[in-house]
Formats: sequence, structure tokens, C-alpha cells
Amino acid sequence: MSENTAQTFAQKALARAAGLPQVAVGQVVDARPDVVLSHDNTAAIRRIWQQFGQERLLIPDRLAITLDHAVPAPTTKHAQNHAEIRRFVAEQGIRNFFEVGRGICHQVLSEEALVLPGQLILGADSHTTHFGWLGAFGAGIGRSEVATLWATGELWLRVPESMLITLEGELPPGVTAKDFALRVIGDLGADGGLYLSVEFAGSSISALSLAERMVIPNMMAEFGAKNAYLPPDEQVIEYLAQRVSAQRIPGWFAQFGDTEASDAAIRRHIAAGCLYPDPGAAYAARHTYRAADLESYIGCPHSVDNVARLAQVAGTPIQQAFLGTCTNGRLEDLAAAAAVVRGKQVAAGVRFIVIPASSQVLKAALAAGYIQTLVEAGAVIGVPGCGPCMGNHMGIPAPGEVTISSANRNFRGRMGTAEAEIYLANPAVVAASAIKGAIADPREVV
Amino acid sequence: MLRQELLIQGRAWKYGDNVNTDVLFPGKYTYTVTERAEIARHALEDLDPTFAAGVQAGDVLVAGRNFGCGSSREQAATCLVYNGVGAVIAASFSRIFYRNALNNGLLAIVCPAAAQAIAAGEPVTVDVAANLIRCGAGEFAFPPLSASVMGIVQAGGLVEYVKRKLAAA
Repeated sequence: MSENTAQTFAQKALARAAGLPQVAVGQVVDARPDVVLSHDNTAAIRRIWQQFGQERLLIPDRLAITLDHAVPAPTTKHAQNHAEIRRFVAEQGIRNFFEVGRGICHQVLSEEALVLPGQLILGADSHTTHFGWLGAFGAGIGRSEVATLWATGELWLRVPESMLITLEGELPPGVTAKDFALRVIGDLGADGGLYLSVEFAGSSISALSLAERMVIPNMMAEFGAKNAYLPPDEQVIEYLAQRVSAQRIPGWFAQFGDTEASDAAIRRHIAAGCLYPDPGAAYAARHTYRAADLESYIGCPHSVDNVARLAQVAGTPIQQAFLGTCTNGRLEDLAAAAAVVRGKQVAAGVRFIVIPASSQVLKAALAAGYIQTLVEAGAVIGVPGCGPCMGNHMGIPAPGEVTISSANRNFRGRMGTAEAEIYLANPAVVAASAIKGAIADPREVV
Repeated sequence: MLRQELLIQGRAWKYGDNVNTDVLFPGKYTYTVTERAEIARHALEDLDPTFAAGVQAGDVLVAGRNFGCGSSREQAATCLVYNGVGAVIAASFSRIFYRNALNNGLLAIVCPAAAQAIAAGEPVTVDVAANLIRCGAGEFAFPPLSASVMGIVQAGGLVEYVKRKLAAA
């Protein structure tokens, strides 16, 4: 068999990260990530790192740390954990540290433009696949591995096989990127993308807003993917360039030449880093969807791949609706919910919890009047962060209760109570369900 | 905590497909439960409440596809290590769990045939040197780990492996 010289995105990104001209699929490389992410787990990682006997981190400027998973601290133990992280950050001079209330790591690092196209980000968080939205290689790793990166700057990674998923055409009204992701996972299973670099392409993908694009690679963690990838276009470059330009962070900015770099030079630098798969690159599997065939879907208890059409489960009573998370807590998501609930009231017996993904989202949602609309309808607004997603606080269900959530994961016990059920849906469906008191199609409510 | 033994012998605890990190070690404990004994006590709490009290050193977990899917939380692997689990045998593993297991010296063995054949509660032997699983249904071969990854497991996990690497540098 002749060697295929055409390269996938994963090959190009990991060759770059390993400092090699070219890598083969299946090759194990020592990769040097551009960014290493951790959050409330940073204190635990520090305790592992201390076993290495180092006084200073090898790569403090490549760390990005957010407090987001249980914020503000719900218990003394959580507060001690945060305090330990703050001491560590101060002691090591870690610049990219984001306090309680700034928001969820994946959203914040995107807003801060700390990850650029073509770069490698490894994080102690399974949804680090998120950064595929901007054409970076993002993968989740464990705490010991993050500690290893702090000490050595590199980690072994196997160059994965790739899967190509193409979406063509125009999505029907009300059908979102979340629905597409649920459909893919429902069709191919929670391990359908196991160990794979899952690439997306097609006219529908490039037509998505940036907020919608973020949903797809985020959800691919539930598909078993190592990373996911959407081809970065002008919109992505513009989004990042504006943020880089506005911040001009000393040190980190050095990669752009100098702090006086023109906006045009910043754009050129970001564009030059973009990586695209070669035509003819090898894919382990290819799947094609027609946007017109898609509808709204629901991830049913207790597995993300237990997917039903909205119509099949509409009418299921709920006691809690949760809008937020790194999957669907952005401005557009709050706008979609506000449009559904405007002038209506949350059903009796239902809590509607809305948690913006970041402080910037909260500020923009206030300015746009969405928060006013949501609160008038009976929603409660939480501090930007992960909220009740993984059962720490701010909306833990009682046994026997049902939650509909815009999150990405619905495993038994995920929200803190094993005897509770979680349904996953797009933001408008979550909002409509809050109004109806049962899983509902937004078209029935508006 | 280290599984450097070349022969692992114990009883099988058998589960199904997609055993996820929330049922292995609930997310609500991830920032507050830090002691090893306490981490061990919560293992599989929402899947099999009899597990933590009944598991013995050397026992093996046997499961179907996509074992360990979900979160990156390392306690999903360490809660098994702290209970003395000798190995996890599954049809396939979620990639972060797989790394976390090996990085903590816990053998994660991909062997769909053995995962299916092994009966709950029966004695199982894993011969690490020979890459063989022995159970009531017979012998099953499993693919060996790469030399570099086996190096991490034999060092007792990633932390020990990196310590040696840093000391040698």
C-alpha cells in the first residue's frame, strides 16, 4: 500500500506540537501544549506536582486556571480548596488566573483568546474538546498528567485516526447545533467517536454562528472523541484578533512579535496558525447529514446516546429546568430562552435556573434585556460558572425529580442525586419546558 | 497502591456497557473528598452499593464497551486502586479513563472476548507477563501494552515514572 502523504488535521496539529515535520497516525509523540488548563482541581494537581520536588513551575505562562466548578464556594471545604489555589497562583506568578464569577474555563479561555487556531491545549477537564470550535486541538487529560506537564512541559499522545462528519444545507427553524450533536451521538453511540479526532465540514457548519459552533466540539466529549475540529474561517480569526488586540497581554503577546503589533499583523499571525486537513486525507469513517432532515432531539436518562425526537418525549413532567454550562450558556442561548418566555410565567412547581457561562455573557445579557425578561418570567439567575451541572450546588434535584438541562451530560447521579432524572435539550426547549412544566416544543409556547 | 504484580488473582465484579465516571466516583465529591480511605469508600456508589464493602485486593472489574466514559476525574481510577483492584478488563475503554488507570499503575486490559466470557463472582487470574487472562471459560490472550506505557505501569504510575525521569536528567 502506497503511503498517503495527505495529512489530517490531527496529524498536522500534533506534528506541530511535537516539533516534528510530519507524524503518522498511530505514532506516539511527546507533545508540548501551548496551554494547560485546570480549574477547581488545581489544588489537587498541585499536591501531585509537589511530589516532583520542584520549587518553580517549568511553564507558568502556559497555565490557565479558572475557578468555576463550585463557585462561590458552597462549603468550608470548597473555600479551603479555592484558598489553596489562590496561594499557589500568587506564589508561582501565574498570570492567566480567573476568579470566582468570571465564568466557565472553556468560555473564558475563548473570550480571552488564550487559545489560537492550530494550537494544542490539554486540560484536566473532559470538555477540553471544546477548543475545536476555533480550529485548535483540545483534549482532556487526568490530574497526574497536568502535574507532569507543569514539571516537564510535555506529555505522550497517540496520533489518532480521524472521522469526518459533514453537514450540508440549511437547518430548519428551531433546530440547533445541540440537536445535531445529539443526533450524531444517538445514531453512532456514546463510544462512536472513541479515540478519534472528529472533524466537521460542510455548508451548514460554516453557516453556524460562533456560539453554535462551540456546542459541537464540546458535545464530542460525550462521543468518546479525543478531540474535535471545525475549520476556522474569517469569523473565527476576527473574533480572536479583536480580543488579542484589546488585551495586549505582556509576555504572552510576545508570540505576535511585539506589543506594538498592528491589528493587521495580529490577524496575519492568527491566520498563519490555522491548520486544515489536506484533500485526500485518510478517514477511518465518514458520515454525512442533511440539515433539512434534522429536528429537535432530547438526550434521555441516563445516557447521552439515549436520544429521542422531541415529539416522542414531549409532555414528560419536569420539576427543574437548567439553562447554562459550557455547552449552552452563551448570549445566544439566553436570547433564545428570553424569546420563548417573554411575557409568560414559569409553571407552578418548577424552578428555572439560568446561569450565564461567563461574566461577559451576563453583562451582555443584562444590556440586551434578556436577564430582565427571564427574571420577570420567574427564572432565577446564578453566578457565572458550572452551576449544578456536576452536582456540587445551586440546583441539586430531590430524589424522584426530573430536570431538563442544556448541559452535555446526564449520567445517573450527575447532578448530585442518583434517583433523579436528567433530560438534555437545546436552550429554547429548556425554556419552553420551564413554562409548560413538562418537556415542550417551543412552538407550542411562543 | 501499585500494581506491579505479574500475577493478579481475585474475583470478578461484572458490569455492563458505558460504566461512566459519575457512577464510578460521583462528581459531588471531587473537591471535598481527598483522603484515600474515603475515596475508596465511595467507589461505584451509584452503580453497586455492595462493591466498596465487598471488594478484596486482587479482584478485577469486568465490563463491556466504553468503560470510564465521562469526566476526566482521576478518582474514577484511583478509587479502584485504593480498593486494591488488580485490573479492569473491558471490551473498550474511554480514553481519559484508560490513561488515568495506567498512569496510576492500574492495568486496563482491552479484551472483548474475556469481558464477555467471565462470569460475575468467578475467580479470574491475569498473567501480566504472558498477556493471558484465565477464567472458567478458558484462556484469553490480550494485546501487550507498548514498552513506553508498560514502563509507566511498572514504575508504579506516572508520578513515579516522572520522578525517575527528572532525577536522571
